[in-house]
Order: sequence, then C-alpha cells, then structure tokens
Amino acid sequence: MKAERKKRTLQLAGWTWSWVISLALATFGPLFIWEENQSLTALAIFINLCNGGLMVVANVRLFRHYDELEQKIHAEAMALTLGATVVVGLTYSLLDQTNIIQSNAEIGGLVFFVGITYLVTLLINRKKYL
Amino acid sequence: MKNKVRLLRKEKGLTQEQLGEIIGVSRQTINAIEKEKFDPSLPTAFKMALVFDLPIEAFFSFDE
Repeated sequence: MKAERKKRTLQLAGWTWSWVISLALATFGPLFIWEENQSLTALAIFINLCNGGLMVVANVRLFRHYDELEQKIHAEAMALTLGATVVVGLTYSLLDQTNIIQSNAEIGGLVFFVGITYLVTLLINRKKYL
Repeated sequence: MKNKVRLLRKEKGLTQEQLGEIIGVSRQTINAIEKEKFDPSLPTAFKMALVFDLPIEAFFSFDE
C-alpha cells in the first residue's frame, strides 16, 4: 500500500514538474527561443495541454488510492475551493469590468487564489479529522 | 457514533498501523475512528467486524 502510494505520488510530481516546464516553454519560448514562430508556439501550447491532461490523470489515480478519510478531507477542501473560486472569481471580474480596480483581472490571480484556498482548507480539514 | 474499536484492537494485540494494514486504511484513519472524529464506511466496518470476529453492532452504536 505504501509503495503504491509512493509510486503514484512520484508520478504526480513528475507530471506536475513537466507541466510547469512545458508551460514555461510555451510562455517564454515565443519571446526568447523561437521568436514568434506561430507553428512552434501552437505546438508548445498543444504539448502543454496534453501534459496537463496527464497531470490530471495522475492526480485522479493518486486520489483513488487514498483511503476513505483522506478522500473525504480532500473532497471537502475541493468543494470549498470550488465554491470560493466561483464567488471570488466573478467578484474579481466585476471589479475589473466596472473599473473599480485599475489592473486587469488576470487568470493567474485566480489560480493563485485556488492554490492558497485549497492548501488552507486542506490544513483545516486535516486538523479537524486527524 | 460511539465505538469500542480502541478497546477491541488492544484486546487483539494490534497496533493502529497493523489494523489499518489489515483493513486497507491508514493509521491516521484508525486513530480518527477511535477518537470518534470520523465514522467509517460500511465496507470498512464489515472488515473490522471480521478482524474482531464480532457483529458490527457489538462495537458501533448510534448516538443521537
């Protein structure tokens, strides 16, 4: 059981790192490596998308290996994160549309919010149940 | 839910880690069940019943 958990965790870590690298390549490649070649940019974005899909599959495989309490802890954290992200994301967008904030509502800000919210709710749930 | 899992596990001479290994959950989950912070699923309760050689209602009771 522990060996299988370690294997699946390492698989997720591997796909996550390769996704981050492919994202960096798709972001900075057109600027610093292949200089606006649209075909190469499209290929880099496609590779990043496929890599992201495999990362999600690895995450699901790890989740399915969790026992019932671990699944409950993660599922509750995900539910709270989803709800908070919809509410905060739309508020953020409205603030941008109505020009109450000067900067544009960037997706990066929302991704950061998702990460922090998931981490915090996960820690709260772990303290609650473990 | 109230339970007597800790008592029965100790009677069987098992650690939380060992009981978890037998029924396929983590040590932390066994600890949460014993502390009555978490109610296990029916399959897990049945697996425990097999380990303790008792019916489920002998060690789980509904507490309103």
